[in-house]
Amino acid sequence: MKLRNLVLSVSIACAGVSAALVAPSAMAQAKEQFFPVLVYRTGAYAPNGVPFANGYVDYLKLVNERGGINGVKVSFEECETGYATDRGVECYERLKGKNGGATVFQPLSTGITFALTEKAPGDKIPLITAGYGRSESADGGVFKWNFPLSGTYWVAADTLIQHIAKKEGGSDKLKGKKIALVYHDSPFGKEPIPLLQERAAMHGFTLSLLPVTHPGVEQKATWLQIRQNRPDYVLNWGWGVMNSTALKEAQATGYPREKMYGVWWAGAEPDVKDVGAGAKGYNAIMMQHGAEPEAAVAKEILTKIHGKGQGTGPKEEVGQVLYMRGLQAAMLAVEGVRAAQDRYGKGKVMTGEQARWGYENLNLTQAKLDALGFKGVMRPISTSCQDHMGASWARVHTWNGSKFEWTSDWLQGDEQIIRPMVKAAADKYAAEKKLTRRTGADCQS
Amino acid sequence: MFYRENGQFKTSYRADQQIFPIAQDRWVILTFIAFAFIGVPLLVDEYMFRAILIPFLILALAALGVNILVGYCGQISLGSGAFMAVGAYMAYNTYIRIDGMPLIVALLSGGFFATLVGIFFGIPSLRVKGLYLAVATLAAQFFCDWAFLRIGWFTNNTSSGSVSVSNLAVLGWTIDTPLEKYLFCLGFLVVFALLAKNLVRSAIGREWMAIRDMDVAASVIGIRPMYAKLSAFAVSSFIIGVAGGLWGFVHLGSWEPAAFSIDRSFQLLFMVIIGGMGSIMGSFFGAAFIVVLPIFLNQFLPALGALVGVEISTAAISHTEFMVFGALIVWFLIVEPHGLAKLWSIAKQKLRLWPFPH
Repeated sequence: MKLRNLVLSVSIACAGVSAALVAPSAMAQAKEQFFPVLVYRTGAYAPNGVPFANGYVDYLKLVNERGGINGVKVSFEECETGYATDRGVECYERLKGKNGGATVFQPLSTGITFALTEKAPGDKIPLITAGYGRSESADGGVFKWNFPLSGTYWVAADTLIQHIAKKEGGSDKLKGKKIALVYHDSPFGKEPIPLLQERAAMHGFTLSLLPVTHPGVEQKATWLQIRQNRPDYVLNWGWGVMNSTALKEAQATGYPREKMYGVWWAGAEPDVKDVGAGAKGYNAIMMQHGAEPEAAVAKEILTKIHGKGQGTGPKEEVGQVLYMRGLQAAMLAVEGVRAAQDRYGKGKVMTGEQARWGYENLNLTQAKLDALGFKGVMRPISTSCQDHMGASWARVHTWNGSKFEWTSDWLQGDEQIIRPMVKAAADKYAAEKKLTRRTGADCQS
Repeated sequence: MFYRENGQFKTSYRADQQIFPIAQDRWVILTFIAFAFIGVPLLVDEYMFRAILIPFLILALAALGVNILVGYCGQISLGSGAFMAVGAYMAYNTYIRIDGMPLIVALLSGGFFATLVGIFFGIPSLRVKGLYLAVATLAAQFFCDWAFLRIGWFTNNTSSGSVSVSNLAVLGWTIDTPLEKYLFCLGFLVVFALLAKNLVRSAIGREWMAIRDMDVAASVIGIRPMYAKLSAFAVSSFIIGVAGGLWGFVHLGSWEPAAFSIDRSFQLLFMVIIGGMGSIMGSFFGAAFIVVLPIFLNQFLPALGALVGVEISTAAISHTEFMVFGALIVWFLIVEPHGLAKLWSIAKQKLRLWPFPH
């Protein structure tokens, strides 16, 4: 009886305390641009989720160190999704109205992106899915609130095939070749399939699809098939523990790592570190940036943030691939707000709707990027009402056993192939949802 | 004192057969329902609706279905997530493939197909029992995961395997705002809970309970085990299927098979165990415990940390949440193995004698 009474009183006290705490904290914030941060620091994908989150948060801290966005300070709050769609939706609902309203959401999971795509237009909050999300959302005419800035999986698949064709000595050499796609069996892994099928029909290579179930540690059967078929190339569409498992299996199967190409989520340090020398020669297509410890922005974070003991995560991580991806994602989020301020008033807090205009009219020239410390890290991005992707630059880097090195020139997704596919898929979506394409007047708003 | 039933005489069979024969119960339930329909919409904000109440209602409905099978009929199933998936995907297919399909009919058709699948995967229950049956129903889970990932027809051949619905409307009432979604789910839950409550009091419900308590004795007194078990599978998977449809249509809006993975099956089974086996009320308690508690801890722990001046990192909060949650489950099962519904009935017993306990 005593124990029960104790528990009862403690839980009542807890409820009271939390109610008292939650109420004032929502009131105290004012005049700050609020960036919700959806992360996963736990769960099966944590090794890759943590550096991304650290980079994202560190950049937001750096923005405040630099004096905010035209003087407007930045505030942020993390919410743990664990890569689960329903938890992601809960985080979205929790953070969207906090601290004066969310500026933008970056769901960092294709599943959560799909769910939020349905909700964002109603709440008038833009979604940035930098380098992931649904590929057809590059079409701003239908997806008003989605911004797959700087690249989609279709761009990744397209540039990879281009790179392989170049390596073979021309796209006509692809005829009769066998390419296997080892993919995470989720919307994320399935995204590139339509484009690869399109390219396969164009060039006459055979594409075999080899799904791997979540979280990706069960790959024995998959690699048995690879051992039997001996494909000329293996494309690895993995995330988290799936990537290092694939590399270990490749090593065990004796499949040359030089012939393996990862997507940009399958080519970071956590993927290859455990495999070490076994991963030597493994390639990955990179959206814009790779590991950039020498970049000006990385050095600035080391001095201004880590130097003051304010850094998130270990110091050695600064400049690694996923850290840089987080950094870049945060930079895009902030620069959109800056662009919006040019129109709606400098030094003001932008609403989600105003920020959306900023993301749609983003014009990150090389000069602006250099000024932000992204010199050599990435190439210009400029978006428009129709084009919500802004750029499709990619490069291939290769693991040399201890670090990643660039092994290709800049590549760009082939507009001739991607654009009609994007339009067709977006039209299909619009028809399903009974949406009409945005008119010219809507583009100005 | 509050719960005394002396003086309440039943003078007709009708009065004796009411769902809630005690006046206090009737009034409490009616007040609850009235509060849920009128009071809650006035009190809570959008976050509560979208992130807590709607998932709670839908999962309570699913837990109700699981409770019929596991709690009332004693057939342990780990395929509940699969039945939800069948409900969601088939509702999606009937909704988009048939022009002018009414939303409610689409959701019920999802339930209908879940029933068929449920009966099919319930057939092993005629031979195997207990843990073995749980393992056999796992087959449903794996099969459905496979089918919805691989067979393009189910997902209308979307390239990513993720489907979405929108423009929900019932007879001109568009279900758009969180409040409307909440009321829609609440309507489903109330109707199904009343149906289920009636069902378990009826002859068929008694058959289920007889099978649960001792199937050999039940068949000796003339209960057909095949009929009883398969009907429990049918009813249970119908309700779970409808809940799956609601989860996809109303809560997520866009989903992939991972939304109905094996984790969901376990979650539903835990709801029944923690809420109370063989109790309609228990399904609600279980759903509330499993849905709300992690979210509550997730928001409460940082506030508690701030109170004592410690900033807890996101990862630490998440880990603590899992630990506290796990510990609470163990604690509950030790202190009250019959679930939260038992606490409810103990409370009622105490109120009967209050303020003069013997």
